Amino acid sequence: MKIATISRDELTLKIFDLLAMIAPEADFDDLDPNVDMRDELDIDSFDFLNFLIDLNDEVGVEIPEADYGKLVSLNDLLDYLLARM
Amino acid sequence: MAFHRVIDPVTTHTIRPNLLNYHATRATFTWDEIAAELDFLPGGSGLNIAHEAVTRHANNAHSEQVAIRWISKHDAIYDFTYADVEEESNRFANVLQELGIGKGERVFVLAGRIPALYFAALGTLKNTSVFCPLFSAFGPEPILQRMQRGDARVLLTTQKLFKRKVKEILSELPDLKFVLIADIDEHISDHILSLPLLMDTVSAEFVIPPTDPEDMAILHFTSGTTGMPKGAVHVHNAVYHHYMTAKYALDLHPNDVFWCTADPGWVTGTSYGIIAPLLHGVTNIIDEAEFDAQRWYRILEEQRVTVWYTAPTAIRRLMRLDFDPLEEFDLSHLRFVASVGEPLNPEAVVWGRDVLDLTIHDNWWQTETGGIMIANFAGQEVRPGSMGRPLPGIEAAIVRRINSETVQVIEKPNVDGDLALKPGWPSMYRAYLHDQARYDKCFVDGWYLSGDLAYRDEDGYFWFVGRADDIIKTSGHMVGPFEVESALMEHPAVAEAGVIGVPNDVIGELVKAFVALKPGYVASDELNRELLGFGRKKLGSAVAPKEIEFRDTLPKTRSGKIMRRLLKAWELGLPEGDVSTLED
Repeated sequence: MKIATISRDELTLKIFDLLAMIAPEADFDDLDPNVDMRDELDIDSFDFLNFLIDLNDEVGVEIPEADYGKLVSLNDLLDYLLARM
Repeated sequence: MAFHRVIDPVTTHTIRPNLLNYHATRATFTWDEIAAELDFLPGGSGLNIAHEAVTRHANNAHSEQVAIRWISKHDAIYDFTYADVEEESNRFANVLQELGIGKGERVFVLAGRIPALYFAALGTLKNTSVFCPLFSAFGPEPILQRMQRGDARVLLTTQKLFKRKVKEILSELPDLKFVLIADIDEHISDHILSLPLLMDTVSAEFVIPPTDPEDMAILHFTSGTTGMPKGAVHVHNAVYHHYMTAKYALDLHPNDVFWCTADPGWVTGTSYGIIAPLLHGVTNIIDEAEFDAQRWYRILEEQRVTVWYTAPTAIRRLMRLDFDPLEEFDLSHLRFVASVGEPLNPEAVVWGRDVLDLTIHDNWWQTETGGIMIANFAGQEVRPGSMGRPLPGIEAAIVRRINSETVQVIEKPNVDGDLALKPGWPSMYRAYLHDQARYDKCFVDGWYLSGDLAYRDEDGYFWFVGRADDIIKTSGHMVGPFEVESALMEHPAVAEAGVIGVPNDVIGELVKAFVALKPGYVASDELNRELLGFGRKKLGSAVAPKEIEFRDTLPKTRSGKIMRRLLKAWELGLPEGDVSTLED
């Protein structure tokens, strides 16, 4: 589903919802939006791949594997998605 | 048996492969040949891996060559020459001396791929202490289990990992004398110390003490199917095998730039990510960052990597890219690619040929073997999907177990059986620490039984069939179901847990847990997520189940043992097989 307009905060919540499926123990309130979120949340490469595939389905933004490396922090991911929505 | 196609050996070599005639090399090979290429400690005082890997190069014309090129997560590049690595590892050995840590005592390292890890590994070997790496994505429980079983005396780690995973288990490790933190400048207490501060205060000179080739050098933990992880003991003699396999199976030549993408938390990342390239005096690339397809191609290009040792999981991720790598990147320096961790599917080998214009050479070995046993070689015919043929000096066979004391060698080709090795190669593990019975069980009738099932074709190529036990191969490493089940059982809601590997296109197998709840607990999505999180907190992402399914009861034998085989059959819709031992 393509979401026409979405605020940064709404998108953040969507991302947290999806991340919580992989890392239900994570405390997202404590997540610094500028740090390496995989390292911070103990998300391995395979989990991250699945997360991005789910995110693609959820927000309708195609994220090719070649771009995965650009998406290090939460802010990287938000900037990337918002620029393409 | 079926294979997609044969990939003929490349016959025009810019660099002549070390193994040109497989049968002739095997027929004439002796370990004495390898001894002649090693240096040995001066004055006949033995054989030490770190001397062969570092000291001998630091003492000759090689000293200013780059030994380790370290690339940080943020793309900073640090070069360490053989002389630098000699000094830094000497310092670490002196730190251990200062702390009173001696021969045979276990030095654990829990860290990402940071330079200190490599200096610590080599310094520990110099000090004749024992290097024991832990994967940094382990949670507190696997760390505790391994450190307890391995009699840890020293742990080197980072601030973050200490805070997240170690602090809470310290009270259960009374014999741990020191924790060294790689990224703090001041000591925290008498036994939680700053490594940089210690390194600054000791000498950069160190003389390796006499080292018996049979002295314990490295302790690698590997997963068990019925019990907790086992510590496979490796000795300094293993250096013969590290050297030989890097020569023949990885085809290392002087001036090569070598990149092994495995983490030193696993045996590949130690044998081939630290030791083997340095033995050959080549430049070893170390990337701190995790897998990233673009980054990896960029490293191959920019660092002019010539020999690349990677894993099926990564190769399958590269196959997902929607561009032609040879149009975007110059990989013309890359001469030889090898893969290990789990069987490389034939499509991936064919992809390598078609897309990278390179053959990917699968090989096979395990923690217990210490080094590569069976391989596809440079300059030899490759059969996609096959693990290849035994290395020189290695005798492999397919055997059938007759009883607990007898096996029968299956001479007929294309018949499934246990993949077995004739014991006696130098890097063979010498023990499971404190567990003689489990060690002895692996040796039957003059053969080491690997636990893998395979067959051999009429031309001597071996083909993986499956595991003989319940061990799960995921993302190139092994996970023991018992360890995962034990952790889940600690949750108050869990009555029983059974853990299996479910086939997965990307990571080989995915860890899945079946859980039966205690009375009073009701299966729900919320509880499912709670258990997933519980598993991750205890075990870490490398070991924790990625899927959990509730069942009213789990299938058990009459003696109460959970039948994982049956769970797997149900999950995959396979025949149930023999269910005569199933409880009523």
